[in-house]
Amino acid sequence: MQSWFPFVPESASTLSGEVEALYFYIWGVTAFFVLLISIVLVYFVIRYRRRNAFEIPRPIEGSTKLETLWSVIPLLIAMTIFFWGAKVYFAQYRPAKNAIEVYVVGKQWMWKFQHATGQREINELHVPVGRKVKLIMTTEDVIHDLFVPAFRSKIDVVPGKYTTEWFEATKPGRYHFFCAEYCGMNHSGMGGYVVVMEPAEYENWLSGNAGQASPAAAGRGLYESLGCASCHGANAEGGRGPALLGLYGSKVVLNNNQTVTGDESYLRESILNPQAKIATGFGPIMPSFQGQLSEEQLLQVVAYLKSLSTAKPEVPTGKPAVAATQPNPTPKK
Amino acid sequence: MEEFEIPKPPRSNYLNAEHGLKSWLLTRDHKRIGLLYLAAISFFFLIGSLYAMAIRIELLTPQGDFMQSSTYNKTFTQHGIVMVFFFLIPSIPATLGNFLIPLMIGAKDLAFPRINLLSWYIYMLGGVITIYALLAGGVDTGWTFYVPYSTTFSNSYVIATGVGIFINGFSSILTGLNFIVTIHTMRAPGMTWYRLPLFVWSHYATSLIMILGTPVVAITILLVALERLAHIGIFDPAAGGDPVLFQHLFWFYSHPAVYIMVLPAMGVVSELIANFSRKNIFGYKFVAFSSLAIAVLGFLVWGHHLFVASQSVYAGLIFSFLSFAVAIPSAIKVFNWTATLYKASISYDTPMLYGLGFIGLFTIGGMTGMFLASLGTDVHLSDTYFIVAHFHYIMVGGTLLAYLGGLHYWWPKISGRMYPEGWGRFAALVIFVGFHLTFSPQFVLGYMGMPRRYHTYPVDLVSWQVLHVLSTAGASILGFGLMIPLIYLIWSMRYGRIAEANPWHLPGLEWQTASPPPTENFLITPVVTHEAYEFAPPEHKEVVGKFERQQPAET
Repeated sequence: MQSWFPFVPESASTLSGEVEALYFYIWGVTAFFVLLISIVLVYFVIRYRRRNAFEIPRPIEGSTKLETLWSVIPLLIAMTIFFWGAKVYFAQYRPAKNAIEVYVVGKQWMWKFQHATGQREINELHVPVGRKVKLIMTTEDVIHDLFVPAFRSKIDVVPGKYTTEWFEATKPGRYHFFCAEYCGMNHSGMGGYVVVMEPAEYENWLSGNAGQASPAAAGRGLYESLGCASCHGANAEGGRGPALLGLYGSKVVLNNNQTVTGDESYLRESILNPQAKIATGFGPIMPSFQGQLSEEQLLQVVAYLKSLSTAKPEVPTGKPAVAATQPNPTPKK
Repeated sequence: MEEFEIPKPPRSNYLNAEHGLKSWLLTRDHKRIGLLYLAAISFFFLIGSLYAMAIRIELLTPQGDFMQSSTYNKTFTQHGIVMVFFFLIPSIPATLGNFLIPLMIGAKDLAFPRINLLSWYIYMLGGVITIYALLAGGVDTGWTFYVPYSTTFSNSYVIATGVGIFINGFSSILTGLNFIVTIHTMRAPGMTWYRLPLFVWSHYATSLIMILGTPVVAITILLVALERLAHIGIFDPAAGGDPVLFQHLFWFYSHPAVYIMVLPAMGVVSELIANFSRKNIFGYKFVAFSSLAIAVLGFLVWGHHLFVASQSVYAGLIFSFLSFAVAIPSAIKVFNWTATLYKASISYDTPMLYGLGFIGLFTIGGMTGMFLASLGTDVHLSDTYFIVAHFHYIMVGGTLLAYLGGLHYWWPKISGRMYPEGWGRFAALVIFVGFHLTFSPQFVLGYMGMPRRYHTYPVDLVSWQVLHVLSTAGASILGFGLMIPLIYLIWSMRYGRIAEANPWHLPGLEWQTASPPPTENFLITPVVTHEAYEFAPPEHKEVVGKFERQQPAET
């Protein structure tokens, strides 16, 4: 990987520059203090070396003024790093809106990706340049971590929950990604490439790999075959169970009067452990689907339920390329 | 100028008071127990170093051509376990702390001599069980034992190793308890809290962490074992548990454990800087209380290990803030040590070289912690070689250097012999250079994206290999440097120049008794009338510039 400075990885996302700027700012602060201490130390060590075996220097008690000074100034500098770091972190981890969604499942020792349009990939992820890409991720076994150095992005995938990571690539190219959380024997082999393509090229790639059912369509199939429809309605309009139409992204009032957001993690929990959070007005009658669905199938059901959201009313058509070509409302370059 | 007395061969001291293996294995003398620990810890350090060399050899090339992945994973796991639990945590407290705390406060022994011996046996039992686990087939979970890998997926000796660490923890707790009671109740007349050497203050703070934190890691290991054996479900989401809960529990101990490793080192360095520049430490109370501040704040920052582990971003915000806050007491220490050197009389003896080296390396180690406390950069640097470099600057550059400095400084007291000064300085220099060459390339590697615990890395990243080769070259120099003191310290036990009671001419109480000290430390309980690091008696305070020789206690 070549770049302007040989000691940094390629910088290829909208946030990587910001992380890099912060990184060099902290190096600046580090260099300042390390040099300050080293120079003063070396100067004192030479200037006040023992010249006479019997000399005893005059004792100095200390100085509250100096102590205050060298507590407060480093604290203030530290706070600048803290606030800047927090700002970047929130930008990194706040879920992106209007992003292409990719479902990711990690397992020993491979990464499985499925695009919203159905294409599946292993250890390679194709994304277009200039579009936000949101990864909705989990794991089938142990904790893994999807780390793309060129995007300065990383997050663990944790059993039992969904984590998300997003990026917007700025340069076409092939970028390494790694598993960054130790996961057993072939941990160091659990990597691959993010392939960032020009939008037209990406469309080509999508249509060249079309024909697979989209996760939402597959999820619709599971919804029917697992018998969800008998309680939640053939079109998820509700019945003995709450309506699922428009559930995603809405506020759900529970039977203990708490309110939760109907996000991916809530949907997942309500499938696997339905008694944990029961919508108000309904009884604890739903059975658990723990062990009946693989992580990938679970993601597909979640994708189906998300497709019922009122915010995004399109019904899965089973024709993947159509959904993919819908332009993003705010494409950013 | 007065004449130096010719050192007399010591009559009865703690080394020759009794003979035979039994007299060592059943001793209740804190000094002998300190030496038992020294031998055991050196053995574990040797094992840990061999693992380190194997890691460095493997990483010379991107391919896995020296060992298989499963072997490599066991190697770095066992390097971590041996070094953290069996070397770094007990290193300074159990050897130097054990040996010196009673001497420094004018006591005959620790408060509970039998418990002190028990702690060594517990340490050895934990060590033997761990070594059994390593020989039986080893463990491959990483020293952090993250679930569910450790509970469900790992096919290695997780429980046996866990039992070893669990048992070993009790030796820490007993040592901490012993130190706290001793420091509270056994100070000599006149030895007030503010006259305590800073070494004692830092051990007091360390002991607090030991007794408050260690039980948590014991519970955590127990839960891992129960989950592995009986599948109780506490860490399993399918049974309503949470794998991230393990990380909270583990780091609640293991982050403060970092301060168990580094606070005693800071205590040693305070002694070295003050004594080898013949100055009282600048801002004594600030340095003393910063140790306590570190001990307290250290318990509130564990969540900074979970910034990318699906923790809430708001929790991340709080833990990041507190992590910056805990850096301030460390900064205060560095500034005070530096200010102590102002208008001092600085000697270039070996212990001082280690002390000065510590300040430089600890500053780099501490400052690079900022990259990881800062949320935005931690996302990229987490679980990369940047972290590996950062904590080795603290653990090796900090703790190991201070340990070696302290060992040289008190060697005349411990062994009654001097180490060869020329060799000492040479080794200190080699270690300093080797250390930098080993670990500074790893900062760069980490930022470039090399994840930690990687057996192989992509062949197309040529710069990664160059940096790894530099690091391995540095490790070879470091390894060579560490062999030199090992050889000459053993050599000096028999052939070194006989040390006088106070070879460095210092005011500390430990120097006011014979070298090596008698079993009861002081024949007459000393009465303390001067402050810590007071280089001239109060009545001569105005006679600055004139050497005032300290009288060794009558033996």
